[in-house]
Amino acid sequence: MASLPPDFQQLKQDQLTPFLHDEIAVPDELQANVLITTVDKIYNWSRRSSMWPLLFGLACCAIEMIATAASRYDLARFGMEVMRPSPRQSDLMIVSGTVTKKMVPAIVRIYNQMAEPRYVLSMGACATGGGPFKEGYNVVSGIDKYIPVDVYVPGCPPTPEALIYGLLKMHEKVDRQSVTSVPWYRKDTSQFVPVPRLGPDVFDPRQVDLIKDTTLKAAAATTAAAANGASAGATEHARGPAQLSDKAIARMEEAKRRWREKKGLPE
Amino acid sequence: MSQATVVAEAPADELDLGPELADAVEGAWAEDTEKTYVIAPDRILDVLRHLRDVQGYDFLSNLTCVDYKGYGGKLRADVDARLEIVYNLYNTRRGGGSIGLHVRVPEDETVPSATSLYAGANLQEREVYDLFGVKFEGHPNLRRILLWDGFNGHPMRKDWQEAYFEEDVKPFRSRHPKGEYAFHEDKIPWAKNTTYPAGWDPDSWQEPVAYVPVSQAPHHENEPHLDTESIVVNLGPHHPSTHGVFRMLTRVEGETILALEPEMGYLHRNHEKIGERNTWLMNMPFTDRLDYLNSMSNNWSYALAVEKLAGIEVPERAEYLRVIMAEFTRIVNHTWSIGFILNDLGALQTPALYAIEEREMILDLFEAVSGARMMCNYMRFGGVVRDLPEGWHEQAAYLANERLPRALDELDTLLTENEILKARGRGVGYLPVEDLIALSVSGPMIRAGGLAYDIRKAEPYGIYDRFDFDVPTLPNSDIYDRYYIRLLEAMESVRILQQALRDIPEGETLGGRGGYTLRAPEGEVYSRIEAPKGELGFYLASDGKVAPWRYHVRSPSYINLNALGPMSIGYKVADAIVILGAIDIVLGEVDR
Repeated sequence: MASLPPDFQQLKQDQLTPFLHDEIAVPDELQANVLITTVDKIYNWSRRSSMWPLLFGLACCAIEMIATAASRYDLARFGMEVMRPSPRQSDLMIVSGTVTKKMVPAIVRIYNQMAEPRYVLSMGACATGGGPFKEGYNVVSGIDKYIPVDVYVPGCPPTPEALIYGLLKMHEKVDRQSVTSVPWYRKDTSQFVPVPRLGPDVFDPRQVDLIKDTTLKAAAATTAAAANGASAGATEHARGPAQLSDKAIARMEEAKRRWREKKGLPE
Repeated sequence: MSQATVVAEAPADELDLGPELADAVEGAWAEDTEKTYVIAPDRILDVLRHLRDVQGYDFLSNLTCVDYKGYGGKLRADVDARLEIVYNLYNTRRGGGSIGLHVRVPEDETVPSATSLYAGANLQEREVYDLFGVKFEGHPNLRRILLWDGFNGHPMRKDWQEAYFEEDVKPFRSRHPKGEYAFHEDKIPWAKNTTYPAGWDPDSWQEPVAYVPVSQAPHHENEPHLDTESIVVNLGPHHPSTHGVFRMLTRVEGETILALEPEMGYLHRNHEKIGERNTWLMNMPFTDRLDYLNSMSNNWSYALAVEKLAGIEVPERAEYLRVIMAEFTRIVNHTWSIGFILNDLGALQTPALYAIEEREMILDLFEAVSGARMMCNYMRFGGVVRDLPEGWHEQAAYLANERLPRALDELDTLLTENEILKARGRGVGYLPVEDLIALSVSGPMIRAGGLAYDIRKAEPYGIYDRFDFDVPTLPNSDIYDRYYIRLLEAMESVRILQQALRDIPEGETLGGRGGYTLRAPEGEVYSRIEAPKGELGFYLASDGKVAPWRYHVRSPSYINLNALGPMSIGYKVADAIVILGAIDIVLGEVDR
């Protein structure tokens, strides 16, 4: 009888020994069917083998995305043929095409609606950095200005082979994750992205202070130039989720009050 | 309605307006390139009415605006008015060329809206209002269309500068010849492609009230006791049935559509603004990305316009190569479109997969000849960029003679007599062809309504007058006919391909230098081709410098959407999806 193991590793080893040395009798009919693996491996394998993309096309790249899903390139080989139009049911957002200022609020909203674990693949030059249209007045120079991106696929548009390579890189990334450290099982790690708003130009709620400084300073200096002439190198401050307006808070309070009243609960 | 194919007759060179309208013409313009007439702003409606009713110019093809602020050319030395509205009219019963009209407007004045005469002016005038700020008096719904309500300024004006503005014309000195430049993101405090007016306070910003389509009171003649309410249903911009980022605002009662308004601009990539910074040749790869299914015909249309403007000749072999590429493209587009009409009808994916199969074979050919599957960038001013590689002709001949006819026949067998397609398609989305013409709709849509108007016959370009092909028409102007006309047209394309591949001569493929240092003569031109989706036109104005002064794309997808609302009213929501699918839009071309 062995004494108490000195540490946890030893205990684990001792517990594994009977399995490793065939001391436990496995029934004959199951002999060839039992595999031992780690939780991470099986968790990641199942996730990446059924990673459903969002059915979401923006521009030219969407056509190549469709071609990738069609018979010749056959995305079904990777368990990805089920494209879901609903963000709630999909795991992967392929940003396939030019992101415009008019569209970006919708994209961020869709991203926020996707359930964790979620991934973003930026397909093509436009989604990655604005591409040939970068200078355009209605073009966002890259979706990563607003939402985090996992894999970038260059090309204009990327060929289906390139997209498949990007998807395989995404699989590799999934394979490296561990169930013990992934953010979506932890508290306070929600990655809610404030939805950009359409003003005189699109603006990010996280940058309101920065924009206000510049525009008001420009007005004060009575320069006729547009606000983009401000001094370079000003630091950018992420401000976290957007504050709700007083109106919205009042509306929610009112709804709560009505609900309490209906249920007969005390104020 | 059936009638003979419209063929080109002698175009009307002189604008014969009769005595009572003679004083409306203020003069002619750009006589060296393409002569147009300058009309007094208060008489434009009279002139348009005369041209439509007396001379038969029933098709308002192009309506756009040019901002001449800072114009350096000689032609306008004595003109003060800053903006010019341009109209291009065609006669769909007679064929032939266009009548071009200009109306000069000072900055703050309004122009009478042409919507009362040509319903098709609707979207085009809204675009001009959005991008240039010209107000059209009498327009029923003058709102911004490509940008959003509240956007600061009118970006196509020459003095409007984007956040990443460097210089007026490329190549920018910061990049050429040294190539050391800082990223624009580093110059802007918030590192984004945005600018805000001085003094603007984001905290107090209120978004404008969202637009809802006009309410039409629900009427129940048969059941007056019913008390129902119409509601607004929004489809898009992220919706699987809208073929991209397109949005439809519908007012429905039950499932019946009372009003439908298209909302676009979610893929507005500023082709025209960028195009005016680019040199002439730099625009060629951008045209690929307009209608991204049909890059070859977009190339051709732009090359034709510049060739017309600068008077460039095209060698014989290059003309044949252009026809071959354009007709392959048409087959790609039509099979794709058929597949996705079926998709919209609920036959999810299977017909589309069949249709895409042939596309892959054709894309292989494109890749072999141009290096890219989709964005071919194959044509140049005066020809095509390179000759065919070895073995290309054999493979193309195999496709044209054997594989494609078989594939199209197979689609025909599987779909044309399909009962569901007939039940869902027959009589749905009907609009008489006269209305379609008035709405400036072009391409397969009008041929499915019985009008045999095809620019390849009506105003032949390239070498289309040498080929033996028919312009198929169908009488009913409904979804089913719009599906079937595409199949018939693809079959005609196969016929053209067989002839072109048989007759193609040896020889050079590019006359001149391909326009690398082109300076087009001062003037303007409007040139159009029969793209697979309809009439694709380029309106170019040049001041004699290295870049176009005005670069406007008259895109069929955009203007065909004029008909979406009128066609959908009275049908169910599920039919509206198919009606949109049968218009066959590509968002790259709708929003540009």
